[in-house]
Amino acid sequence: MSADAARYAPRPSLVRRQRRERIAWLVRGLVMALLAIVFLVPFLWMVSSSLKQNLDIFEIPIRWIPDPVDWGNYLDVWTGERSMVRYFSNSTIVVVATIVGELAVVTLAGYAFGQLRFKGQNVLFIAFLATSMVPAQLMLVPRFMFFRELGLYDTLWALILPGLASVFATFLLRQHFASAPRELGEAARIDGAGEGRIFWSIYLPMARPALAALAILIFDSTWNDYESALIMITDEAKYTVPLGLTRFMSEDGTVSMGPAMAGSVSSLIPVLVVFLIFQRHFLRSMARVGLR
Amino acid sequence: MIDGYKWWIPWLFVMPTVVCVLIFLVVPLFSGLFIAFTDWDVVSGLGGIRWIGLENFQELLQDDMFWSSTLRTLIYAGVGTPLTITVGLFLGLALNRPMPARGLIRAIFFLPSLVNVIAAGTVWLTLLNPTSGMVNQFLRWIGISDPPGWFTSQQWALPAIILMSVWISAGYVAILIIAALQDLPTELYESAKLDGAGTIRQFTTITLPGLVPILTFLLITSFIGRSQGFGLIQFMTGGGPGDSTTVLSYYMYEAGFHLYRFGYAAAIGIMSMMAVLALSIALFKLQRGRGLYT
Repeated sequence: MSADAARYAPRPSLVRRQRRERIAWLVRGLVMALLAIVFLVPFLWMVSSSLKQNLDIFEIPIRWIPDPVDWGNYLDVWTGERSMVRYFSNSTIVVVATIVGELAVVTLAGYAFGQLRFKGQNVLFIAFLATSMVPAQLMLVPRFMFFRELGLYDTLWALILPGLASVFATFLLRQHFASAPRELGEAARIDGAGEGRIFWSIYLPMARPALAALAILIFDSTWNDYESALIMITDEAKYTVPLGLTRFMSEDGTVSMGPAMAGSVSSLIPVLVVFLIFQRHFLRSMARVGLR
Repeated sequence: MIDGYKWWIPWLFVMPTVVCVLIFLVVPLFSGLFIAFTDWDVVSGLGGIRWIGLENFQELLQDDMFWSSTLRTLIYAGVGTPLTITVGLFLGLALNRPMPARGLIRAIFFLPSLVNVIAAGTVWLTLLNPTSGMVNQFLRWIGISDPPGWFTSQQWALPAIILMSVWISAGYVAILIIAALQDLPTELYESAKLDGAGTIRQFTTITLPGLVPILTFLLITSFIGRSQGFGLIQFMTGGGPGDSTTVLSYYMYEAGFHLYRFGYAAAIGIMSMMAVLALSIALFKLQRGRGLYT
């Protein structure tokens, strides 16, 4: 028994190694935390300045924690004549409509490509993938021209509709549906279930995680999309959030920094909330998209 | 009825996408190709489109601005992309190891990629202000008496944009690297250890080859992203000071939406598409045979 105890007693070298490992663990954390703070500085500055009066923002040396904390900028941004409420509601409309529309269109196609069989399937899919090789930049002028001819220029439709043709999302869902077992559908067919029902109550529920991941990605990219809005929207009543933010800076060339920062912080909050709620999901979907 | 459903059923499912792709991708694409051979200012409507053959392309080849902005695109994407990926690679490798508050630290690095360009741009314009900006105050404090003028200087504006783009996407790169690292087979490391391979040897023979696919993917997509984006530059510098940040994508935007030369803008788009395509293919060929599984 004593021999056993000796065998299982930790060897001194192992203890030392564990301690060294522990110190390395701590040091790594410290170094990376310091680096992370450097990355965080622009955000800290943004939040700090948004809570200051204009004169205090450029005080030297900088006072990180505003004294007094002044909510005036937020009041200005959210209630004044330049209220962001309109930009937020426009962006919300665009984001929600894009998510709903794109998911609907893309899920149906992804299902057909991944789970069903039809003539010309592969040719059609390859043709799809080929159109996704065309860079967005080349589409800029024609898209502008096209929406102008349709009379949709300067409407929110011009920001929503292009999202419906997402080859990338179709591809992602095709992969997902292709990995679902065919037997389930075959069994249901023998039992006399219609194709709509097979899709709706068997395969669609299985795709829920992929749809959620896709929705998050669409949310992020649509909410932050500045370039499409810049080209398609001129009427201020239809500004989305990023376009609306430019108003705080460009009017007479000078920047009213306090409101600009309050607006910027506000614009970040929805993305941040979604990120915090779905953090694991978010990072995983980013990773999945990247690895494919 | 081989599979138990009528032949047209699948077509019902793909039809919405087919229609949308036709309308919003294929039609614009071909009209874009067509427009590049015309002279059109939008204002005159569709009737004002005038066929001019290869004139736009001929003009392009003699346009100094076209060549200088091509060069700047190569610098912006060619320096910015490898720089971002290198920083992201090191961040990813570091953040893959155990440390306290790892999740929080990862999230902080990822944060900049969630910000819209206007919010990020405004902050960086202020932080990099030559006189009152925090960065230059810091540089003066550590003894650099003549810090760069950043966005007000012809020489430093493009480097400033590049630095900012590193800040924006290094954390995103790191997240993808971490995911790829976790997919690497642990057995390989174990047997390498048994064979007496050191940390460095393990890194060069397992980790790095294992990361080749994701690094290639990132290299290609970020290169394309950088050579296409004009929003950041439009907002930050408007292509200036002088022409120092006029990259190809911004030049195209300017030709179309400021000068109303849409035919010319489309021609620039086609030229840059071909350049990007060629570069992507070259990069893809280059990586083949260097990965872990190839």
